[in-house]
Amino acid sequence: MGKIRSLTLWHWYVGFAALFVGLFFGLRQSLARAGIWAKYDYYQGLTLHGVLNALVFTTFFIAGFLYLTTETSLKRPLRSYALAWFGFVVLLAGTVLAAVPILTGRASVLYTFYPPLMAHPSFYIGLTLVVIGSWIAALVVLRTYLAWRRENPEARVPLMFIATATTYIVWFIATIGVAAEVLFLLIPWSLGWVKETNPLLARTLFWYFGHPLVYFWLLPAYLAWYTIMPRIAGGKLYSDPMARLAFMLFILFSIPVGTHHQFADPGIGSNWKALHAFFTFLVAFPSLLTAFNLAASLEYAGKSRGGSGLFGWWAKLPYGEPVFAAFISAMILFIFGGISGIVNASYNLNMVVHNTSFIFGHFHLTVGSAVTLTFMGLTYLILPKLSGRELFGRRLALVQSYTWLIGMLIFSFANMAAGRMGVPRRTDLGLSTYSFPPVVEHLEKVSALGGVILYASSLLFFVVFLGTLFVGRSSKEMSFTLPVTEAYQTEAEAPRFLDNWKVWIGIAVVLIIIAYTPVLKQVLEISPFGSPAYSPSLPVPLPR
Amino acid sequence: MRIDPFEKFAMIVGGILLGAFILAIAYANFVWGVKVPTCEVVTRPFSKGAFIETAPKTYEVQVVARMWYFDMGTGKNEITIPAGSKVTFFVTSGDVVHGIKIPEKNINIMAIPGVVGRVQTTFERPGEYLMVCHEYCGIGHQGMYAKINVIQ
Repeated sequence: MGKIRSLTLWHWYVGFAALFVGLFFGLRQSLARAGIWAKYDYYQGLTLHGVLNALVFTTFFIAGFLYLTTETSLKRPLRSYALAWFGFVVLLAGTVLAAVPILTGRASVLYTFYPPLMAHPSFYIGLTLVVIGSWIAALVVLRTYLAWRRENPEARVPLMFIATATTYIVWFIATIGVAAEVLFLLIPWSLGWVKETNPLLARTLFWYFGHPLVYFWLLPAYLAWYTIMPRIAGGKLYSDPMARLAFMLFILFSIPVGTHHQFADPGIGSNWKALHAFFTFLVAFPSLLTAFNLAASLEYAGKSRGGSGLFGWWAKLPYGEPVFAAFISAMILFIFGGISGIVNASYNLNMVVHNTSFIFGHFHLTVGSAVTLTFMGLTYLILPKLSGRELFGRRLALVQSYTWLIGMLIFSFANMAAGRMGVPRRTDLGLSTYSFPPVVEHLEKVSALGGVILYASSLLFFVVFLGTLFVGRSSKEMSFTLPVTEAYQTEAEAPRFLDNWKVWIGIAVVLIIIAYTPVLKQVLEISPFGSPAYSPSLPVPLPR
Repeated sequence: MRIDPFEKFAMIVGGILLGAFILAIAYANFVWGVKVPTCEVVTRPFSKGAFIETAPKTYEVQVVARMWYFDMGTGKNEITIPAGSKVTFFVTSGDVVHGIKIPEKNINIMAIPGVVGRVQTTFERPGEYLMVCHEYCGIGHQGMYAKINVIQ
């Protein structure tokens, strides 16, 4: 199974290179919004930050990681490496095609690319290839599973693979929306084959994809918390069956919720928005199950390590272990991420926060912390195994995790507070011609301080990453499998229906049809294909 | 499947909490009248702004968001109304996607070309209210705003 080594490593090299570039523009934005070092193309930087961090880094990291979890959990080689490498090439080609127009200033349309702002066609074609590349990765995992199933007709599906497959199932169903948007609307329009497009339809298809996209990022972090973290902490997963249930509920409720990103949109009935809000509250439930299960697992670990009493076990957890430090910091930040997410989901309460800096305050706690910091922790765990070298700078790695925790609390809370006062997101605030109450200026400076701490923290990560690869002491412990947690309540106690993909996917499809048929019908009736293309720099339609 | 009594308790409390949030949302919607924009089928998209007093202290403002200003039919980027005015905004876009946020009110709506949105609020307190574009709409986005002057 040694072939997995370079496959995963190359996905991670590209993913972390993208993250490295993207984080620099994150720093620039937090400074520019506070009026510091503001002379650059803010919106080009914002597009780079969003596309490189949220789309490119995550997709590459997750594809590489889930190859590893597939081999570890199914105990067999991928089917096949050639196909997996082909997927990598497609991902890479797509990334380059999308990055070139952004870097040359011809695609400053942000990572949501709402028409009728139009990017260079290469941007849309590149993103399409990124999606196709991820489908190839999903196909490799599916083929490996089917081969495993033939070899083990009666075996229970291991929890780690349940999490792996759930990630790709949610991703596949979600990407149908963005594929439809890009292939049928945006590519023909940007190539000039059709002159006018339908902005509301494009937004609706984008958010059909955009919400489950966040579960595509989050579920691999859940995978790590459920199946790796308890062992790192020195304990066991409290309940394997409840973990299975949580993943299956994510299949059900990740997707029929996308309109909660469009609560402020005209053209969609408030009754259908309320239905999506209701489903969004249901998708909070598996996260509540997760909170209980993981807390119980941590308590088990703390007590196994000699802690006692109601809170005594809390002090016994291995906070000095870099992998655990990253995981626990990510989980603490995710508590606030989850709570602020419920604020966003709350229908009319969303009118207070929609499109304000509250929103990115929120999602830096989720994708920017729960996900990114967990992936960094996974790197501290896995990179030494794959490279055959000891982790370089254990202390640096520890400092990295905890400075991320502190920096992100500062950054997110400042921006959530500013958002409550109506400060818009996605705005070059340092150059704005209107002004907010003076307290906002202070909050932006606090946010910039958080941004600087986070950037410094990320540089520590890259020192550890490159140090491990190039100057780490070589170790004898090269290994291509992951440490998998045992469960306290084992899979044997889980009812068989919890592994029945067909049932859960079937119900999910029914829920999507219920939630999206009326929305799409309404959008198609009310919203015309009538928008010509605009460049972000001209207030008149592009001549075509 | 064995579910620990503690876990059952946590699930029930979590369920009750989510239920309470849903009730709070419903209360704000039906009792306080905090609504989200809905699908307007009667008003068709318009290309010019308008500022109309339909009755004493009752106004209709037709807003066309454009790169990078709000056309409200007053020829400048502000409207002036007496305190206590009830204002209905009809919002559309003349080019790309924009948005309107009035930070001191629960007014938050996207301006999307081809469709019309409607929001309503009452300006009780005199003062100068900021109305800011909150969706990226090109290089001039950070300069796109208007003012609502509420006078005694």
